[in-house]
Amino acid sequence: MLLKVNNLETIFRMARGEVRAVDRISFNIKSGKTLGLVGESGCGKSVTALSIMRLVPDPPGKIAGGSIELEGNDILKLPEKEMRKIRGNEISIVFQEPLSSLNPVFSCGEQVREAIVLHQHLGRKDSKTEAIEMLRRVRIPDPETRYKNYPHQMSGGMRQRVMIAMALSCQPKLLIADEPTTALDVSVQAQIIELLQDLREELGMSILLITHDLAVIAQMADTVVVMYAGKIVEKAPAGKLFSDPSHPYTQGLLASMPGYSIPGKSLPVIPGSVPDPVKLPPGCRFSDRCGKRIEKCFNEEPPLFNLGDSHFSRCWLHNKEEN
Amino acid sequence: MRRFIIKRLMQSGLLIFLVLTITFFLLHFAPGDPMAKYYNRTGISPETVEMMRVKFGLDKPVGEQYIKWVASFIRGDFGFSIHYNRPVRDIIFEAIPNTLRLTIAALLLYIVIGISLGIFSAVKKDTLFDKVNTVIALFLYSIPSFWLSLMLIFLFSLKLGILPSSHMQSIGMQGAGWFELLCDRARHLVMPAFVLGVASAAGMARYMRGSMLDVLREDYIRTARAKGLENKSVILKHAFRNAAIPVVTIIGLSIPFLLGGAVVVEKIFSWPGMGRLAVDAIYARDYPIVLAVNFVVGVMVILGNLMADIGYALLDPRITVTERSEG
Repeated sequence: MLLKVNNLETIFRMARGEVRAVDRISFNIKSGKTLGLVGESGCGKSVTALSIMRLVPDPPGKIAGGSIELEGNDILKLPEKEMRKIRGNEISIVFQEPLSSLNPVFSCGEQVREAIVLHQHLGRKDSKTEAIEMLRRVRIPDPETRYKNYPHQMSGGMRQRVMIAMALSCQPKLLIADEPTTALDVSVQAQIIELLQDLREELGMSILLITHDLAVIAQMADTVVVMYAGKIVEKAPAGKLFSDPSHPYTQGLLASMPGYSIPGKSLPVIPGSVPDPVKLPPGCRFSDRCGKRIEKCFNEEPPLFNLGDSHFSRCWLHNKEEN
Repeated sequence: MRRFIIKRLMQSGLLIFLVLTITFFLLHFAPGDPMAKYYNRTGISPETVEMMRVKFGLDKPVGEQYIKWVASFIRGDFGFSIHYNRPVRDIIFEAIPNTLRLTIAALLLYIVIGISLGIFSAVKKDTLFDKVNTVIALFLYSIPSFWLSLMLIFLFSLKLGILPSSHMQSIGMQGAGWFELLCDRARHLVMPAFVLGVASAAGMARYMRGSMLDVLREDYIRTARAKGLENKSVILKHAFRNAAIPVVTIIGLSIPFLLGGAVVVEKIFSWPGMGRLAVDAIYARDYPIVLAVNFVVGVMVILGNLMADIGYALLDPRITVTERSEG
């Protein structure tokens, strides 16, 4: 097992009160596999990513509990100096918005080279050669020339390729891709996904793919984790999740995908909105919006029920003892 | 780049000429007379004064004087000082290096202190250091420089006796070795440069702090950390380079204020620079000197701004000077 996240809890101390952005979540990622993390904005997906990198802005954020084991070592217990050797080297991240994520005053090649110098201790010339090679790997045409280009001189898709080159320059064991295609044109999205898939095969790395785009998940993920209001509501192998979604929230998400709905009819939507993170309901966090809720849903929070075949769901409907 | 600089210098030349023209007429229309000090003095007859007036061309109508002045100005001739009875060029060239020494010292002081305090404040935001820094900056920014000068002279020259209160070097230093001379001049430079630079340093610290805080919130800072860079590299390389861009403009704009401030500081510390020269020349209605000082200050301001623009383009690859000059 490459990564084991166990009962991770990340809180934000806000003026209005404490927000539990990530509430005791657990999942594992196997070597060479892709885990898809799905959910709507504000459900805690990105905070999970930043927690794994230990880059949660503190204050106001703080990792309050749990463990994150990378090949058996709890990285939450590492001193900051050791953690820096992991960032960009063993775990890398690609962010959503490539333009704002690249430093505007340094050339793209220079930014890729910086990570190589930092972790591989190569000299000026070798690191440059290596950086150009990385740019070629992410299929940037004419990488020698592009090396000198600044972020503003590139298109969105090219910039995201630079971000990927930077993240993969030290051949990390785990790549966290936080909404890597959200800011891109649809035609470019497909290219980036294809690139990520190919690089995963080539480098044998694992990917934590964070997105709200279920089509991307369907294409890439081996396992899927669905988050809602800071909690995992469903966890299943990708095929299983799409063929047999068990949580009403997942069912709602899938039903609202254009490909899954009945042609000619308007797309179904999940009514209502995410609960206020400071004032969460005492029972199931989805109860207010759920079409299948029962009395119990309002009062008691459901545990994650094991449905067999690595399929888990946080819904009282799966409570075999009562049903 | 070269085209931009040439074009800019030509525009600036026209601007300086206009400024000097306005100064010329303001001076001549202002009440007062360069010859006033000779009136009713024993030993100087009214005829002699009249002769001097003719010699300096002051008997001609203002329009004619202006045309004469323009003609000699274009030839690079600044004329003859009425007050010192020496060529203006000689007087100015004696004063320029002294003013440059003072303003460059103040400029370096304010850039170094302002930028480092600003960065520290931003990184240590909301700590005691940041709060103390803010209060001190506001205090120093608000103090009038003449008052600060007098207080420093009172404390360091009169009470403690560790720093000289005026002039650029001590009397009798002519025969001293270069190192002694250097130390002596540095001691003389401390207080005037501090007074001249400190208000700007305080302003710069506030500005740098704000700029740095904005930059530290940017996504690319998170990217730099995600690469595994240590905090020092993130701040000094990734954040500083971006935060410095708006600050460079401020430095360019501060040059006129420094040169303006030098007028007060030079007068108080009896610093033989252009500021003091200008003040004395204005009192004496020594028109050629005032115009020459204005010319030199104008050139310095324009060169300072030009350097700021070039620095801006060097720091920020998104901006090229040619685009800015044409668009």
